[in-house]
Amino acid sequence: MTHQSRVRPDQPAVPLTDPPNADPMLPRLFRVRAVTQEVSDTFTLDLVPEDGRPVPFQPGQISMLYAFGVGEIPISISSDPADPSVLSHTIRAVGKVSRALADLKPGAMVGVRTPFGTPWPVAAAQGSDVLFLGGGVGIAPLRPAIYRVLAEREKYGNILILYGARTPEDILFRDELRGWRSRFDLSVRVTVDRATGSWSGRVGVVTQLIKGGGFDRMHTVAFVCGPEVMMRYGVHTLNDHGITNDRIYITMERNMKCAVGLCGHCQFGAELVCRDGPVFRFDRIAETFAIREI
Amino acid sequence: MTARDDLIEMIGEAPVFRDLSPDMIAKLAGCARVEHYDAGAVLIRDGQPAETFFAIRHGKVALELAAPPHGRLVLQTLQEGDVLGWSWLVPPYRWAFDGRAVTLVRTLSFDARGLDRLMGEDTQLGYRLLRELVTLMANRLTTARMQMLDLYTPRGD
Repeated sequence: MTHQSRVRPDQPAVPLTDPPNADPMLPRLFRVRAVTQEVSDTFTLDLVPEDGRPVPFQPGQISMLYAFGVGEIPISISSDPADPSVLSHTIRAVGKVSRALADLKPGAMVGVRTPFGTPWPVAAAQGSDVLFLGGGVGIAPLRPAIYRVLAEREKYGNILILYGARTPEDILFRDELRGWRSRFDLSVRVTVDRATGSWSGRVGVVTQLIKGGGFDRMHTVAFVCGPEVMMRYGVHTLNDHGITNDRIYITMERNMKCAVGLCGHCQFGAELVCRDGPVFRFDRIAETFAIREI
Repeated sequence: MTARDDLIEMIGEAPVFRDLSPDMIAKLAGCARVEHYDAGAVLIRDGQPAETFFAIRHGKVALELAAPPHGRLVLQTLQEGDVLGWSWLVPPYRWAFDGRAVTLVRTLSFDARGLDRLMGEDTQLGYRLLRELVTLMANRLTTARMQMLDLYTPRGD
């Protein structure tokens, strides 16, 4: 496999592999530095490369995490791209591999192939308002883009983080959301589908947060991540508020295996999610997205 | 400006009345009043006659259902720009939920009988307002269905 780049007019060139890693199919050894239990079924693994070589990545890119003896799954990187010495992955323990990863303790080893895929076009969004729309664990792939945008806050217009969770207990990155909410230069709105306990915040679906406005419909770029049904309604609602499909980006989830566009497991219409995504400009996939069988 | 002028201006600012002409909005002022509710106050109560239509100008209202022994279940929150209650429009004209102020709430409150009478007398006004309310109902139904779907329930890897 040679190193190659994909160049699209709307997105920066991104190398398919970390250049020092000659074989993108070969996992590198990473050591678990920390395990953070975020909510009852979701945790974050902080991983450091055993060989000490940092891993530059772009917001939105994914890793293939290999739990030795169990299997490999694609997981979006959820840490700050400004620090390539640590890769964080926020994972919901729902299957065989993710549960095996959940059982790891600090010091354990993981096989990692990374980074893969297209990023959120944060640089191309400079000069625009930026709207992050996340649902459930979908806030995790957005987090590196939020870090990147906030690191260069002066280059963007209004910034909105709209997040929906199942219940108050399922809100990810709660402390960070509080920190962002306390800033005067961005807007954070959170809602839950079901209120529990003493929750006094909003109750309702995340797409309802869009109608709160606070963005210039002609100059807004939206980054959307969550369950596909949520993204579908999210795109419709963004359209209703004047944001056209060429300014909406979503990240797709499919059954990735090779992560380099060879095996075809993650085919999505004419696209391969691992190679052409996971981040797609919505107008490029709108027709495919509407086909239920795909 | 008179108090009536203020009222007309406030009605004109409410999204639900955006399709109404100035003349229609002036008619609505005849059955409207401004109200304030402290946090915790109950605006509407399940089972009680539905006699008021609320357009929320400020604050947050929780739509709740008492579900013993679980206490109050919050189904949805409404805020500025939202409307509360259309049970006055359809039989049996009783509220189906509680509406409780989560924060200080300011509303434009309309006497439902007066509003219903106006909608019958001025059928253009009635049609436009009904169309707006049906749109809101449809949106509310869609979002309620999305909540029922439990979108964030995990699936295996």
